[in-house]
Amino acid sequence: MTPFTLSEPQRHLEAQIRWQPVELAFWLATLLPFVFAPNYLVLASQIAITALFALSLDLILGYAGIVSLGHAAYFGFGSYTAGLIAKWGWGEPLTGLAAAAVAAGVLGYATSFIIARFRHLALIMITLGLGLLLAEAANSAGWLTGGADGLQGVRMWKLFGAFQFDLYGTTAYTYSLTILFLAFLLARRLINSPFGLALRGIRENAVRMPAIGAPSPAHIRKIYTIAAVMAGVAGGLLAQTTETVSLETLGFARSADVLVILILGGAGRLYGGLVGAIIYMVARDQFSGINPQYWYFWIGTLLIAVVLFLPNGVLGGLTRLMRLVRSAA
Amino acid sequence: MRKIFALASIVAVLAVTSAQAQQTIKIGVILAYSGQFADPSAQMDNGIKLYMKQYGDTVAGKKIELVRRDTGGIAPDIAKRLAQELIVRDNVDMLAGFALTPNALAAGDVSAQAKKFMVNMNAATAIITTKSPYMVRTSFTVPQLNQTLGAWAYKNAIRKAYTMVSDFGPGHDGEAAFHKGFRDAGGEIIGAARYPVANQDFSAFVQRAKDANADAIYIWTPGGPQPAAIGKALAERGIDSNKTKILGQGELTSEDALKNMGEAGLGIITAFHYDYNHQSSTNTAFVKSYKESFGRNPDMFSAGAFDGMHVIYEALKKTGGKTDGESLVEAAKGMEWESPRGPMAIDPATRDVVQTVYIRRVEKIGGQIVNVEFDKVENVKDPFKAAMKN
Amino acid sequence: MIASAFGVLFDGFAYGMLLFLLSVGLSVTLGMMNFVNLAHCSFAMLGGFVTVTLTNDLGWPFLASLPLAFLSAALVSIALERVLYRRLYGASDLAQCLLTIGIVFVSVAVAAYIYGTIQQPVNLPSYLRGSVAIMGQSLGVYRLFLIGVSIVITAVLVAALEFTRFGAQVRAAVDNQRMARGLGIDVDRVFAVTFALGSGLAGLGGALAIEIVGLDHAFAFTYLIYVLIVVAVGGLGSIAGSFVAASLLGISDMAGKYYFPELGAFLIYFVMVALLMWRPLGLFGRR
Repeated sequence: MTPFTLSEPQRHLEAQIRWQPVELAFWLATLLPFVFAPNYLVLASQIAITALFALSLDLILGYAGIVSLGHAAYFGFGSYTAGLIAKWGWGEPLTGLAAAAVAAGVLGYATSFIIARFRHLALIMITLGLGLLLAEAANSAGWLTGGADGLQGVRMWKLFGAFQFDLYGTTAYTYSLTILFLAFLLARRLINSPFGLALRGIRENAVRMPAIGAPSPAHIRKIYTIAAVMAGVAGGLLAQTTETVSLETLGFARSADVLVILILGGAGRLYGGLVGAIIYMVARDQFSGINPQYWYFWIGTLLIAVVLFLPNGVLGGLTRLMRLVRSAA
Repeated sequence: MRKIFALASIVAVLAVTSAQAQQTIKIGVILAYSGQFADPSAQMDNGIKLYMKQYGDTVAGKKIELVRRDTGGIAPDIAKRLAQELIVRDNVDMLAGFALTPNALAAGDVSAQAKKFMVNMNAATAIITTKSPYMVRTSFTVPQLNQTLGAWAYKNAIRKAYTMVSDFGPGHDGEAAFHKGFRDAGGEIIGAARYPVANQDFSAFVQRAKDANADAIYIWTPGGPQPAAIGKALAERGIDSNKTKILGQGELTSEDALKNMGEAGLGIITAFHYDYNHQSSTNTAFVKSYKESFGRNPDMFSAGAFDGMHVIYEALKKTGGKTDGESLVEAAKGMEWESPRGPMAIDPATRDVVQTVYIRRVEKIGGQIVNVEFDKVENVKDPFKAAMKN
Repeated sequence: MIASAFGVLFDGFAYGMLLFLLSVGLSVTLGMMNFVNLAHCSFAMLGGFVTVTLTNDLGWPFLASLPLAFLSAALVSIALERVLYRRLYGASDLAQCLLTIGIVFVSVAVAAYIYGTIQQPVNLPSYLRGSVAIMGQSLGVYRLFLIGVSIVITAVLVAALEFTRFGAQVRAAVDNQRMARGLGIDVDRVFAVTFALGSGLAGLGGALAIEIVGLDHAFAFTYLIYVLIVVAVGGLGSIAGSFVAASLLGISDMAGKYYFPELGAFLIYFVMVALLMWRPLGLFGRR
């Protein structure tokens, strides 16, 4: 009996599933701030939250081709859910986060029926419109959301009854990073599954996939709901670690920012959102520290430079560089 | 392990702090330097700079150093993070600035947690100062102006009013305060509309207000492009300011709003605490040096920041350079001084501002369209907190 | 009541015409090259600032400043097209988004640096101010002027597109770019010219908008959403579509505010979502 051998495509897929050394190095590096930059942990925690949000957008944009300008709807919905539960007297973080996930998931599932029917510009504008409608609704429901002043009275209990959310952000970063890592494991598994492959097929050719037995709309609804859950968790984390929720969590600017972050890092690469979040937020922090009035100029220049010199985002550029190095060696 | 590292670094940081504390006092300034609210923040920054230019950068033998941070607009999560970072990373001794309410509320938590003195130089929602026992405010509160205006309106023969406010927190507060002041005095509100925050064209709303046939139309609007757009719509709809009075909070007739409105603004009556046209020797000197330094007139943002710096400097003098939140806030309580806006004080009970509310009318004087004070109510405390106590 | 309905219609239409001027250029260039130019409103902002500088600092009459607002936006857009846009014609939508958002960021910062962050005033000549009574209804003179300008421009655009050789080339390029190239039309040149014209119109729109909605450094951001809404609802590459969509949105926005002020900001977004769900390609879109 001949031993079972892998065919070429299967080998390619296997290679993708295996953990690369550079991935391990990346995740180990996320622990460095604890040691080398303990005064930057608050920023680090917000980067981790933004990275999670960008990762959730990557699932739909990078893997299913859905460009959304209203993704903050789920982020904000999760944020308000987590914030309200804490405000109403249940400040336990993990259950609050679970509630945020469920709430955003339900909203995501409900809207996914609309999303799955449209493509291109109409899809972008419908996501934008739905996002803006939700933001307006939150503004109108001032009795619930606190309106423009933001939600007041969010008080979190200690994490596991032991770790207070402190001024230095140690707990916040540990908590956010752990959740980000878990979500990343889930996303990684998901996109390397047959379901993930089918999604990529839809992204490349939405008409052909049903013909080979992969129902496009059902798949799109599923991944959209998962992405909404993840965005809701990110929003919940922000509400819990900052103990504030504002209308701005639902706003257009947040949707646009996360899109920029993802494209900057490189869409469709899982790590794109993570790398994008690190670069964008660190750059913003540094530029706005040096030049609080005109930092937009520098961040704009950065974006233009990335597009001109690294057309597939920073990660795309890195991949190309690695290939060059390898072929030279 | 992680914890030990973190602890070690905190200890190291604290050691550095106490060494530095000998020579300098750091003020963390959090403002929305970029984005939609950049102009108020720029004016506040100017107010801070002017104060330091006039009174030097040394107080109680220590050098004052500013560390500026940008929130980029309404972003309480960022404001809170910046406040935390300023305290743990930059070791600032106090927080100051705050153009926007949500940001001030979020930073208030940090001030309370870290026991740091905080000077809110602008954000005007009444409850902000309740967030931290170490916070004082040097601007105004929305009820302070608008409830006063409501009561004033009834006293001045206005019986039926229509109100029109921006549909978000501060607008709702302005509406509620005016309604309360006006109704308590005996007036009747015959209609109330709220327009979207991002509204640009006001003709429909103004037409509606006109159709209501009230004695007065009360308008609450944030600064920015809206005051001018409202003023133009009022003129275009042909509202006669002799028949229907237009009332509002001072932003409605701020300097650049009036520049944009032109003569369309004549006759509008507003309640406010500061205007560059306020007649006093302190203010004349203030406006003169402000103009020399920055090439434009100061506004309420500049005044709030200027007076905020005054509170910081005087409190530091009283404590002899001690910077803990407790000492500074105690030093600030009950402080009274002559500001460019007139007499003002910090209420020892609420740490909020006590000042004169001026009633002004837009008039053309020597070719210039300006706010002219023609009535005033002195020593107004924040009515919201007075009501909270009952 | 009928009188006020007419007034609401009039005001809404005028507002719609403003949106039309701001967005028509983007609609045509998007339709032709599929180039996602989020910096379109930066050109509008440029036009606005040119008018402010000319009228306030150099004492030009308002009307004379308008052609220059058009020209300067067009010229700057040609320069940017040469230096930046051209490199990305074949690139993905996402890369184009990132590039043009970068340009928006830079333009906003530059505007804040030069002009500060205040609202820019504009001084209208007296004959454009105030209102006139027509059929018992007082109509703003400036709004009448705005509608007049927009209708003239629309007529010129439609005529040029229908009856000139260049117009035919533009239509061909919008309908089928590859085929047009095959027929020997220099699509890149046609695009560059259209792009400049579209940006110029945005510049003119920006100058005309100051009186109604104001102008500050954040204009490039603020109006992006509205312009995208008009383009999407009207349908890509369609002048008529942009015209109808802009009037529809302007009127429904105004009517909503007058008759149902409590709905306020909801209405314009709701109308957009509903229209797009009904016709995903936009009212006049074919692709």
